[in-house]
Amino acid sequence: MMMILLFDILMIILLLLIVTLLVKPLGNYMAKVFQGKPVFLSRFLRPVELLIYRVSGIKPDVETGWKRYAISMLLFNFIGFLILFAILIFQGFLPLNPQRFPGFRWDLAFNTAVSFVTNTNWQAYAGETAASYFTQVVGLAVQNFFSAATGICILIALIRGFAHKSSKHLGNFWVDMTRSILYVLLPICLILSLVLVSQGVIQNFSPYVHSSLIDPYHTAEDKTISEQVIPMGPIASQEAIKELGTNGGGFLNANSAHPFENPTPLSNFLEILAILLIPAALTYLFGSMVGDTRQGWAIYWAMMVIFVISLGVMFWAETKGNPYVQVPGVTGQYMEGKEVRFGIGGSALFATSTTAVSCGAVNSMHDSMTPIGGMVTMVLISLGEVVFGGIGSGLYTMLAFVVIAVFVAGLMIGRIPEYLGKKIEPIGMWMSVLIVLTPSLLVLIFFTIALITPSAVASILNSGPHGLSEILYASLSMSNNNGSAFAGLNANIPFFNILGAIVMLIGRFIPAICALAMAGSLANKHITPPSAGTLKTYSLTFVIWLIFVIIIVGALSFFPAFFAGPIIEQLKMLAGGG
Amino acid sequence: METIRTAIILFLILGLLVGAAYPLVVTGIAQLVFPRQAEGSLVHDQKGQVIGSELIGQPFSDPAYFWPRPSATAEFPYNPMASGGSNLGPTNNELKAQIIERQNFLIASGTGKELPSDLVMASASGLDPDISVEGALAQIPRIAKETGIDEGKIKELVFANIKYPTIYIIGGERVNVFWLNIGLNQMRRNENGS
Repeated sequence: MMMILLFDILMIILLLLIVTLLVKPLGNYMAKVFQGKPVFLSRFLRPVELLIYRVSGIKPDVETGWKRYAISMLLFNFIGFLILFAILIFQGFLPLNPQRFPGFRWDLAFNTAVSFVTNTNWQAYAGETAASYFTQVVGLAVQNFFSAATGICILIALIRGFAHKSSKHLGNFWVDMTRSILYVLLPICLILSLVLVSQGVIQNFSPYVHSSLIDPYHTAEDKTISEQVIPMGPIASQEAIKELGTNGGGFLNANSAHPFENPTPLSNFLEILAILLIPAALTYLFGSMVGDTRQGWAIYWAMMVIFVISLGVMFWAETKGNPYVQVPGVTGQYMEGKEVRFGIGGSALFATSTTAVSCGAVNSMHDSMTPIGGMVTMVLISLGEVVFGGIGSGLYTMLAFVVIAVFVAGLMIGRIPEYLGKKIEPIGMWMSVLIVLTPSLLVLIFFTIALITPSAVASILNSGPHGLSEILYASLSMSNNNGSAFAGLNANIPFFNILGAIVMLIGRFIPAICALAMAGSLANKHITPPSAGTLKTYSLTFVIWLIFVIIIVGALSFFPAFFAGPIIEQLKMLAGGG
Repeated sequence: METIRTAIILFLILGLLVGAAYPLVVTGIAQLVFPRQAEGSLVHDQKGQVIGSELIGQPFSDPAYFWPRPSATAEFPYNPMASGGSNLGPTNNELKAQIIERQNFLIASGTGKELPSDLVMASASGLDPDISVEGALAQIPRIAKETGIDEGKIKELVFANIKYPTIYIIGGERVNVFWLNIGLNQMRRNENGS
């Protein structure tokens, strides 16, 4: 038992070490890509890139202001929504559908299309019994790429806002989009998906396999089951972008707990690495593009500290187990909703990563976690997905937190607040507050409406404080574009589908537009050279201050709800254990 | 108008790249280099019939076989068309009742009295192909009694099937129930043959 603990801790250290070591090389690579400098892949990709510009009539050298950038971004996403919605509705008439699944009901199609366009990947359907290969590959996976790339684009524009001097220009959305896909997401996905196949993740377009059971099973209703129908599909290619693009939508219902999505401890390790990789490396890209890598590292370490503390709490809670269901004669760890090949360490690390980063894939059932373990996942989502966070969106939300932290610190020590030589003016503050508070407000509104809606309350699986947690988790997950769930909740009802979709849209695009508006106003300003009175935003003191601000603004809004849900349940669990 | 045209064309080109070229290239290479894995790690019998995937658990219930973990899938346990966990909360009384019921059933069936938790708690996917080493060892007395195979030989089978953590620290020790039972079938065939 002690040995398992030790090995799990060593595995966690190894993973965080690899992530940290990759931050600089990958961040540097991405910074060059978005500054148009040559990288080692340019020899192969540059001709493709230029061809794409020529065919689509893009003039790569023309930069635009924030409004044009935002309009292009919204337009591109709107087209994505329309196409995906149509694919879902008309699935029954489209090819690559060996199981002949019919189209989605309109409210489910609306929810799913919004969910994948907003990088949420909330799923109120089960992949293996609802989505054709065409839907998965041409519909959902395409949005996995595009929504991830959209996040990167918005972040790059915001960073240019900090880096540019007295300029109106933030870059060209089409160019940033093309480069995100071509140079960043596709090459890594190609390698990752093949490594995943080597581990046993499937990749085919075959019809489902009927396999006769070695030992036929007799059900309680006296039916004899003599075969299994094993789902097939091009899973590996989707699994790679699902983790790397912090999307999280499983090809199959059990998501990354399913042996076909995550067959070995090594595939699990690599999937967690893929979830953390780009959001972590983007901090270095930020430092590099604003010309001071210390600024990027400061943000990285602020994220890492929150991550390690959260992981520690979760690992402790899950390792201590569940005395409520402890019976004499049963030994070992609390394995309900967990897979043997991952154990507690692989499950806790995955759960922390998927909620710190706005991924939403799961390899264990969060609904069955210990109350405190489940609360950690909710706290991480409630911070606004800034602990590494969603690809792009995590860092632009984090930068809004930085601006707020600089502003408040400036007030406290009586200086004009400035960050990276840019004065923080009312417009910057307004935008930052909107970026940070929009998702929080949405959670509270959604949560409240759900609690007074009979159909939503009827969807709860586990009664008592845990039922409250199920609804709270759903509100947090959709508002912050995470997409994971306390999956006992029956979410495929019009209430969750429609209201949830609206919440996902607002939670994604209001902060995105605010980030671009802030970028526009920042780019316009000149840069004040640092003086003796400048707040050192790369110092340890500032990192600690930033962490405080994040926790106060992000998590305290939900403290009453956490108390009524997981904390009460934790007390119940301990008391019941006796 | 110009912008809309650009948006649509770029969407289609990049869409073809990530929605068609990418999955097809991955499928092509995967089928060439890892054909067995790409097709689901399926296992066939001598007649060429699919008898399962080594990655997907099966609902073994005959006391002469190793039993897998409890599965919460709909209709019947280990139904691959309904992957998922029980989603029962940690303080749900039904969860506790299920655990006690499974424990009683296992003990009554002649499985050892000390049970590891994975034998009484349902997995996340409902298709978990593995059990813990303790979970396999606990079942040996029952299987030996049912099959007449020597306990020592079954123990050897279990130890031969242990999968160890990757580079010592990633993942835990575990045994695949499907391969254990294939091994049992072979042992039985050998005993009958000799």
